[in-house]
Amino acid sequence: MRVLSKKNIITLLLIVAVFAVVQVLISVKIINSFYEITLATICINIILAVSLNLVTGFTGQFSLGHAGFMSIGAYVCALISMNTDSTLGFIFGILAGAVAAAIVGVIIGIPTLRLKGDYLAIATLGMAEIIRVLFLNMEITNGAAGLSGIPRNTNWTWLFIFLMATIILINNFIRSSHGRACISIREDEIAAESMGVNTTKYKVMAFALGAFFAGIAGGLYASYFYFIKPNVFGFMKSVDVLVIVVLGGLGSISGSVIAAILLAVLTTFLQQFTEIRMIIYALLLVAIMLFRPQGLLGTKEITDMFKSNKNTEKIE
Amino acid sequence: MPLLSVERLTKSFGGLTAVSNVNMYIDKGELIGLIGPNGAGKTTLFNLLTGVYTPTTGSIKLDLNGNIKELGGIKPYDVTASGLARTFQNIRLFKDLTVLDNIRIAMHKNIGYKMPSALFRSNKFYEEEDRLKIEAEKLMDIFSLTHKKNELAKNLPYGEQRHLEIVRAMATKPVLLLLDEPAAGMNPNETAELTKTIAKIRKEFDLTVLLIEHDMSLVMKICERIYVLNYGMMIASGLPQEVRSNKKVIESYLGEDLSDASNKKS
Repeated sequence: MRVLSKKNIITLLLIVAVFAVVQVLISVKIINSFYEITLATICINIILAVSLNLVTGFTGQFSLGHAGFMSIGAYVCALISMNTDSTLGFIFGILAGAVAAAIVGVIIGIPTLRLKGDYLAIATLGMAEIIRVLFLNMEITNGAAGLSGIPRNTNWTWLFIFLMATIILINNFIRSSHGRACISIREDEIAAESMGVNTTKYKVMAFALGAFFAGIAGGLYASYFYFIKPNVFGFMKSVDVLVIVVLGGLGSISGSVIAAILLAVLTTFLQQFTEIRMIIYALLLVAIMLFRPQGLLGTKEITDMFKSNKNTEKIE
Repeated sequence: MPLLSVERLTKSFGGLTAVSNVNMYIDKGELIGLIGPNGAGKTTLFNLLTGVYTPTTGSIKLDLNGNIKELGGIKPYDVTASGLARTFQNIRLFKDLTVLDNIRIAMHKNIGYKMPSALFRSNKFYEEEDRLKIEAEKLMDIFSLTHKKNELAKNLPYGEQRHLEIVRAMATKPVLLLLDEPAAGMNPNETAELTKTIAKIRKEFDLTVLLIEHDMSLVMKICERIYVLNYGMMIASGLPQEVRSNKKVIESYLGEDLSDASNKKS
């Protein structure tokens, strides 16, 4: 099993260490319940941003419908765990929601992904609105009032497990031949086709994979905040995620992680200036984009900065 | 039957017929030139052969050891899978990726693992990635690009970018290589280098080549047969010396030699 290389084991130990530190901080109440909500928001936003980055940053398909996939995951997970309130029901709910979102992703992706750029953005926006309106009018989802009293099975442990699974799996995908095929579509679609890359297949694959993880984020959201309604998953939610992706850098997973943390910390910090909060937030975004138009990390990863230039292509 | 046979191929865009009733064949191992004035339909013909355009009428047949395949109207990636690879008139490298990644992407169609293996890093994934890297390095060695393998494609000098495009096409393991103006914008030294490269890949990879070119010295020197296109029609074909003395070709493309013209006057 070459996956158990020295470097991967060290990475795993680091991940466990981060988990343990935060867990300790929670149990000694340095992270109180107010900050715990921020922590949950950060985790969910990272999952959303990294999965959207796969679609928009790596495959180059501009999507404004990510909240739509999130809502599918949220409703499916909520309905399942309301009927079977147990940890098993919760995990089954999350996975079922993710699979449902991925299936919808394939169904929507096949017709819309032949569009490019702005046209694709409008099409995905429209599809997210359709999903929202469907939830608004269905009986089982309780319409505009939404679902409340969803059992709260999510805690820091589950959030962290799903967060790490998302980052590791998407990172593995990007660093495989299939991931390179997706990146080649972003770089030059005509050349990619001529080099034998089935562009439609890989666009739909990236879209479905992105939808899958957005569904997981939705399930975690429903389970953590125990109340969901269609308006939570509107256009603005998709834009929020897109802001994180663009700010962190299109094509950088660690960029999305950093941007999600940064924006959440910023929002929490700005809560003391209630009136001018959104103005400062917007001004900061404008300033960052002016000075770093490629995003905080561009297409680089944070790990690239520790490597020497000579052996960057080693696969771990 | 020849390796590639094109029969009565026509492509119209609305009222304009860009390629009209073209017949041509390429035997295995040949090096064929395709020439003609600007706008004659050479690149359109290339795009028809590689699946970028669907022919209006006509057929393109590829014969791989008796296994005959129709290429007209299938997708570019299926054409590539059948054994045709191409380069572009205006370089289309993956500019922000490294030389190594450019080559590895072209090898993707032969990758031996599926997506779940990639997600969960099975042993098969590592074996295949190792194999890919070794093969890519072999190719880079042959074309002396090894020392640049971690450079971004956009940072290579112009001549090397053209070079890399050929290498990338070679990475798809083609039987027929289509080169669209490989010497465009090159100085005489670089053209000479390119001539050598083309000769080398034919020898080492047992390859058939079709090339569009405006540089007559290159075409006349290396091509075994030449097709001439004008206004979408094939106006001449044959050995270089035949084409060179063909009246229609001289009128439409080559132009009269100055010394000939002065001889006539006197």
